[in-house]
Amino acid sequence: MSILEVKNLQVRVEEREILHGLSLTVNPGEVHAIMGPNGSGKSTLSHVIAGKPGYEVTGGEILFKGENLLEMSPDVRSSKGVFLAFQYPVEIPGVATMTFLRTALNAQRKARGESEFSTPDFLKKVRSVAASLNIPQDMLRRGVNVGFSGGEKKRNEILQMALFEPSLCILDEMDSGLDIDALRVAADGVNALRSPDRAMVVITHYQRLLNYIVPDFVHVMSKGKVVKSGGKELALELEASGYAQFEDAA
Amino acid sequence: MNVVLAKTETEHARSDILAVARDRLPGTGKVADLRRQALEAHERLGLPHRRVEDWKYTDLRVLMREVLPLAAAPDAEALKRAAAALKLHAIAGVRLIVLVDGVFAPRLSETSDLGKDVSIHTLREALEAGDAALQAQLFSPDNSDTMVALNSAMMTDGVVIEVADSAVIPLPLHIVHIASGAAPAAMFTRSLIRVGKHASATLVESYIGAEGAKAYQVHDSLVVAIGDGARLDHVRLIEDSREAFNISSAVVTLGAHAHFNTFGMNTGSLVSRYQAVIAVAGEGSRVETNGVNLLNGRQHADTTLFLDHAVPNCSSREIFRAVVDDRGHSVFQGRIIVRPKAQKTDAKMMTRALLLSDEAEADNKPELEIFADDVTCGHGATTGALDDSLLFYLRARGLSEKEAQALLIQAFVGEAIEQIANDALRELAIAAAQRWLAARG
Repeated sequence: MSILEVKNLQVRVEEREILHGLSLTVNPGEVHAIMGPNGSGKSTLSHVIAGKPGYEVTGGEILFKGENLLEMSPDVRSSKGVFLAFQYPVEIPGVATMTFLRTALNAQRKARGESEFSTPDFLKKVRSVAASLNIPQDMLRRGVNVGFSGGEKKRNEILQMALFEPSLCILDEMDSGLDIDALRVAADGVNALRSPDRAMVVITHYQRLLNYIVPDFVHVMSKGKVVKSGGKELALELEASGYAQFEDAA
Repeated sequence: MNVVLAKTETEHARSDILAVARDRLPGTGKVADLRRQALEAHERLGLPHRRVEDWKYTDLRVLMREVLPLAAAPDAEALKRAAAALKLHAIAGVRLIVLVDGVFAPRLSETSDLGKDVSIHTLREALEAGDAALQAQLFSPDNSDTMVALNSAMMTDGVVIEVADSAVIPLPLHIVHIASGAAPAAMFTRSLIRVGKHASATLVESYIGAEGAKAYQVHDSLVVAIGDGARLDHVRLIEDSREAFNISSAVVTLGAHAHFNTFGMNTGSLVSRYQAVIAVAGEGSRVETNGVNLLNGRQHADTTLFLDHAVPNCSSREIFRAVVDDRGHSVFQGRIIVRPKAQKTDAKMMTRALLLSDEAEADNKPELEIFADDVTCGHGATTGALDDSLLFYLRARGLSEKEAQALLIQAFVGEAIEQIANDALRELAIAAAQRWLAARG
C-alpha cells in the first residue's frame, strides 16, 4: 500500500486558491523531491499534510496508508507516523529540549497504545542520536531552539525525526539558511534514516540539496500543480534551464 | 444612587460586627486606642471602590459588598475539620504554625522544641502583654489604606516570630490559615516576623478552606523586618475556597545588605487582593518579588506591590505572570519609587499576562517614579494569547491541544516559579500549577 496518496487536492487560504488539483503518490522506501519556484504551493502542501490550521481543503483527498488524513488532528497524524520537518522551527522558551522530546515521544506512544519510555532508555536513545548529529548535550538542556543557529535548528528537527521514527517524513526547505557544512551534516542525518518502510518528501527550491539527499523521483510544481515528474536527472535539467519553462505549462 | 446606598448598608453592618467582636479583641489601653483610631479611619473611608486609585480594578463595594461578622473561635468540631484539611495540604519538611478561623491552634501546630534561635508567640499574647515597642511595630502599617485600617482594628490573633541574630533556620516556618467552614464569617489576623542581623529563615504562608468552607473572608496582614545582612525567603500560596475572599497586606522593611526573596501564587479564592509595601531602607540590599496568578471561572486576583528604594546601591526584581481563563480577571499593579538619595538603584519589573479566553481580563499597571539620576530602572508589560505557531509545532509533534497548552502555560509561569530559592517550595509551586492545569481537563 502507498504511504501517501494525494488526489486532485484543492486548497484555499483566505479565499485564494493555492493548490489546484495536485496529485502525488509516495510508496514505502521512496524519496520524492518536490521542486518549484517561490509561490508554487510547495510549503502549502507540506502544511496541509501536517494539519496546520488556516487552510481550507475545497476538493480532493489525502490518504495516509489508506486512511483519510484530512479527518485527523495534527497530533493524531503525528502519532500515526507523519512528520513535518519545519522550514522555520519555532523557539519555545522555558521548555527544555529534553522535556519537549520526552513529552512528545510519550504522547505519541500513548496515542498508539504503547507504554511510555523509561527515563534511562529515553536518555540513552536521545544521546546516541544526538551524538550522530553532532548535537552537544548542552543544547538538549536549553529551551527548544532558543538561541540555536539555523543549522542547529535543522539538526534538532532531524533529531526528532530519528527519535519518533515516522513512516512519512516531509522535509520543508531543509536547506534554507544552511551553509554547505551544516547542509552536509543535516543530509547525512536524513540519509541515515532512509529505509525500505519509510518514505520521504523533500521540498526544495534548489537542486543543491539533492546532491546530498538523492531522490528517486523529482516533481516540478508550478502554480499549485505538479507539472512534470521524472527521475533524479530532472533536477539537473532544472538547474540548467530554470523554472521559467514551466510557468506557462501550469 | 447605588453607591451611596451600598455604603450606608455596609456601615450599618459594620457597627453590628464590632458590637459582637469587641469582647474578643485582645489588648487594652494604648492598643485599644490604636484600634479605635484604625476603626475611625476605616469608617471614614468605607470599603474601597473604583474611584480610589489604588483599588481602581478591585472595587470591593461591588465584589465583596460587606464585611462579614467575626468568625467564632474554633470549637472541637471546627478543629477536627481543620485537621482534615491540613492533612490534604501537608508539606513535608516544615514547621507548622496553624491558625483556624483566625485563631492560633496550638494542637495543630509544631511550636514546641523551638530551641534558642526562634521564638513564636501569638498576636493575642503580644497585644495583651506590655511590650510597647513590639506593639508599636505590630501597629506600624498605617491607616491610609482602608482595608489595612480595618485589619488593625479587628486583628484577633496571628503569630509573632523572632529569629535571633546570626541564626540559620533550615526548616521553613509554615503558617497555614484554615477556614473551618462552620458559617460564613470573617477572620482578621496579623503576624510579624523579625529576622535578626545576619540570620536567615524561610516563611511559607498558605490559605486553605476545610471541606464545606465556602464564602468566608480572610483579612490578613504581615509585618516583616529583615535585619542587616539577614535573608528571608517567603512563599505565599492562596488555595482558598473558590467562593472565598482573601484580602491581605504586607509591610516589609529591609536593613543593610539584606535579602528578601518573595513569591506568591494564587490559584484559589473568588476575590483576592495582596498588597505589599517593601521598603529598602539599608544600603546594598536586594529584593526579588515574583508571582503567578492562575485564574478561571469568575476569579478575580489583584497583586499590588509598592517598592520603595530610599537608599543607594540596592536592587530589585519583579517578575509577574498571569494566566487567565474563562471570565477570570487578573490585576497587577507594580509601583517602584526611587528616592533622591537612592543612587545606583537597579530596579526591574516585568509583568506578562496570558489570556486563554475572549472574556478573560488582565490589567497590568507598572509605575516608575525616579527621583535619582544615576539608576538603572526598567519595566515591561505584555498581554497576549498563546502563540498559534508554537501550539501547531507541539501538536505536529504529537501533543493534544490541551497537552500543548499545558506545556506552554507551564513554561510561561516557569520563569516566575524558578525564582523560588528553596527546592522543595519550588516543587510545591510547580505542583500547584500542575493541579490547576489538570483541573482544566
